[in-house]
Amino acid sequence: MKAKIFASIAVAITGAVLLYAVSDFPRFGDPRSPANAGVEGGSPSASLYYIENTYRDTKVPNLVTAILADYRGYDTMFETVVILTAGMSIFAILRVLRRDDAPGAPASAPDSSDHSIDGDHHRIIVATTCRIAAPLIQIFALYVVAHGHHSPGGGFQGGVMLGASFILLALSGSLRDTLVRFSEQQYLRLAFIGILIYAGFGFLPLWVGRNFLDYGALSGLLMTSGEEMARSHSMLGVEIGVAMTVMSIMFAIFANLSTRGRLHGGL
Amino acid sequence: MIVTFDIIILVFLVIAAIISLSVKDLLAAAMVFGIYGFLICLLWAEMGAVDVAFTEATVGAGVSTVLIVATILNTRRKSTD
Repeated sequence: MKAKIFASIAVAITGAVLLYAVSDFPRFGDPRSPANAGVEGGSPSASLYYIENTYRDTKVPNLVTAILADYRGYDTMFETVVILTAGMSIFAILRVLRRDDAPGAPASAPDSSDHSIDGDHHRIIVATTCRIAAPLIQIFALYVVAHGHHSPGGGFQGGVMLGASFILLALSGSLRDTLVRFSEQQYLRLAFIGILIYAGFGFLPLWVGRNFLDYGALSGLLMTSGEEMARSHSMLGVEIGVAMTVMSIMFAIFANLSTRGRLHGGL
Repeated sequence: MIVTFDIIILVFLVIAAIISLSVKDLLAAAMVFGIYGFLICLLWAEMGAVDVAFTEATVGAGVSTVLIVATILNTRRKSTD
């Protein structure tokens, strides 16, 4: 009880200090705030540069995607690596790789928690609806990935949606049926291939003597009319890599969490 | 930016945060946390940060809720705290 009072006092004081700091913030969307206009007397701000030059440099209308995948591509690449590491950590902690004949898990016993459609008529409406919805979700997710540099979206969002469609199938039907379509071997492989695609787009410019992730150098390889279009197309490639990794890791985390790493049975 | 809309969402946001922290049933807490994520998504969309809102809708309100629920169903449902 005492700890709770102290915690409440600490939270209240921190909140009060944060609220006090808010009064020093510039107004919402203030064009003369330091973030938007740069420090007075100093160089022009980064956001002004991006707003003025992004479309000219990359022919990508969505500034956010251009910054994430091109100007700050290095950050995004390692964010994807962070996702991969999270998935691998969960795999390392939870996954049970020993055979099922170990004590406590009889191999021959029927899987009582496995509610396939044939075995459980109460779930047939839910399962059928989700099976119809899943391809639509996947098509929308592919649109989000492919259109990410023209409209909101991109690799992360599209990848999560693709992963969520498999999670939906596993939740409504059974994890076993979903794992037949998207096996552990496949998703682990896809997760690493995604990172390799991203890193490949980074390493290719090094080959012709340019910087890491300098997509402009790929205009010859991608057969584009100029360096701007090469940057635009490379962003699409990079987003596809991100989407593959995120999709695989999201499904891997769910599969391992929901079955305590055994990958059979399920919720 | 519509101030009234902001204030309404922020009030619900605080209510959702307090409920998800205080509820003893962890499954209910996970659901309210999903609502919290969706409210933040609304707030960001309304402020013009559509990319962030999209990410919050998919990751925060969608997949992470499912992952938390999957974890709760494999552990205990009641909070002892």
